[in-house]
Amino acid sequence: MVEDVPADRLASLEATAREIRREVIRMTCAAGGGHPGGSLSVTDLLTALVFHELRIDPADPARPERDRLVLSKGHAAPALYAALALRGYFPRSELATLRRLGSRLQGHVDRRKLPCIEASTGCLGQGIGMAVGMALDARLAGRANRVYAVLGDGECQAGPTWEALMAGGHYRLGNLVVILDRNGLETDGPTEAIMGIEPIADKFRAFRYHTVEIDGHDFRQILGAFAEARRTTDGPTAIVARTVKGKGVSFMEGQHSWHGKAPSKAEAARALEELGVPPEGTPP
Amino acid sequence: MTADRPKESLRDAYGATLVELGENDPKLVVLDADLSGSTRTVVFGKKFPDRFFNVGVMEPTMMTIAAGLALGGRTVFASTFAVFAAGQAYNAVRQSVGYNRANVKIVATHGGLLVGGDGGTHQIVEDIGLMRGLPGMTVIVPADAPTTRAAVRAVADRDGPAYVRLTRENLPTVTDGAFRLGTAPELRSGSDLTIVAVGALLARALDVADELARVGLSVRVLDFASVKPFDEAALLRAARETGAILVLEEHSVLTGVGALVASTTSESYPVPVRRVGVPDVFGESGEPWALLDRYGMSAERIRDEAWELLRARGKVQ
Ligand SMILES: Cc1ncc(C[n+]2csc(CCOP(=O)(O)OP(=O)(O)O)c2C)c(N)n1
Repeated sequence: MVEDVPADRLASLEATAREIRREVIRMTCAAGGGHPGGSLSVTDLLTALVFHELRIDPADPARPERDRLVLSKGHAAPALYAALALRGYFPRSELATLRRLGSRLQGHVDRRKLPCIEASTGCLGQGIGMAVGMALDARLAGRANRVYAVLGDGECQAGPTWEALMAGGHYRLGNLVVILDRNGLETDGPTEAIMGIEPIADKFRAFRYHTVEIDGHDFRQILGAFAEARRTTDGPTAIVARTVKGKGVSFMEGQHSWHGKAPSKAEAARALEELGVPPEGTPP
Repeated sequence: MTADRPKESLRDAYGATLVELGENDPKLVVLDADLSGSTRTVVFGKKFPDRFFNVGVMEPTMMTIAAGLALGGRTVFASTFAVFAAGQAYNAVRQSVGYNRANVKIVATHGGLLVGGDGGTHQIVEDIGLMRGLPGMTVIVPADAPTTRAAVRAVADRDGPAYVRLTRENLPTVTDGAFRLGTAPELRSGSDLTIVAVGALLARALDVADELARVGLSVRVLDFASVKPFDEAALLRAARETGAILVLEEHSVLTGVGALVASTTSESYPVPVRRVGVPDVFGESGEPWALLDRYGMSAERIRDEAWELLRARGKVQ
């Protein structure tokens, strides 16, 4: 399942992901709010989608044949905004306006404001259903585009998630890929302590998904899973991506307290240093 | 100015009151849906882990579980953000709590635009309308921490479903906390105009009334925290004695307290009523208080509406 990815391609994806993580830190720090933990856990998955897997074109963002990405865990907006800005959908300078009055960068992704946001989300449990609807629409219209939905593991506690997953399995949507950011944590603590969702891969299988389990920070495994999903045409695919909440910033990793809290200036500086930005005042 | 007064967190007041209630009633239980740090039910959970159920991200089912616990004779508190309590879980609240007359107290935090940065998805501006439309539902919108404490006690003391809407932002203390269900305390007496207000806008109502008092105008202010049951007598007295009513709420003007005041007075004692609140639109991300200004609830707008009514009454030129 591991994809044979050329070394330079791998290096480029990794560099892009690091750049997105830096932006997540800068944006949430400047906004004084937002959700860094779940943005950092899903960064590699979104990087792989936006920079490799999705057939999308910033020059023609409304092309009917484009692939659709639904960020069902809409609070990870900073990571998706950074990815889309780096991909050329809007000016990177706009990232600094996150959560400000009048900004296109709403606290949760908003399709009325920005290109390439296919569905406004924020209320957990509704993204998968919209993705199912989009996949049905593509099938009805005879379009070859694919639909990717990214959900959180806390979100898997919500009933509507399973109703929508059931529909995706029932309709045998081979054009639907569901990606679970299995970071193990939600707002108040570990999912398994609050309301356990395991065995989660078995649940997806029982709901008729071709299910693969990967390390969600290993691009070769991520791209391998996407390739496998493309080969799976008789029904939907679920990718259970094991990730680390707060990935890339040591003091955020594995800490649920960073779910919905912005870093202070000092914390952001430390985080950026870990992400490869030299501390201020360092001679070049 | 109310801005100079000490501010307090309504959510902290709720959490602390829950603990006191839990000490006195060993059967009281509390539920939350993965937001216990924000709603402050975590304080109860730490003290009484056996009687605290953080069910995760499943608001409708939290309400049904709460109803089941209540049908066994318990007082049950269930908390999450207002958009999930009243919005996401609406039908569970309607059927399992409301129709069953289950003794469930929904204390919903983060009501209205003052949610701020999370944006329009999280800023519910229609919850008061949804909840006051439910038969048998008590609805309270406290303006400060003292009223929050009293309201939480009041709903615990009374059998049946209740919805208490709290604000995320800390608010200045503007009441004496002598909250009673079904009464609208008169925080300022006056005869030229009445301002009816709930929640965060009560402070702005008092500021405008005090400002107008300095130029010789006499404005009555009613704290309408008890939205249902509401104080019909006080409202009609205000209509009779002051001849015009301005309603302030951080909620859609279509279905909130303004609609309640307008329909009640037009049936029983028609007077000019103006509604200041959220127009028929969703909110957006922004600094919380800037959002109130942006969406038509600025002090200036409130002042203008008050002058408009005073002019119509012939109280000023
Ligand atoms: C229906 C609903 N309930 C509650 C929330 C508030 N909320 C936002 S994120 C979150 C935790 C989600 O956990 P998870 O899906 O694991 O997200 P991640 O850890 O990946 O950030 C909660 C409860 C919400 N957005 N929607």
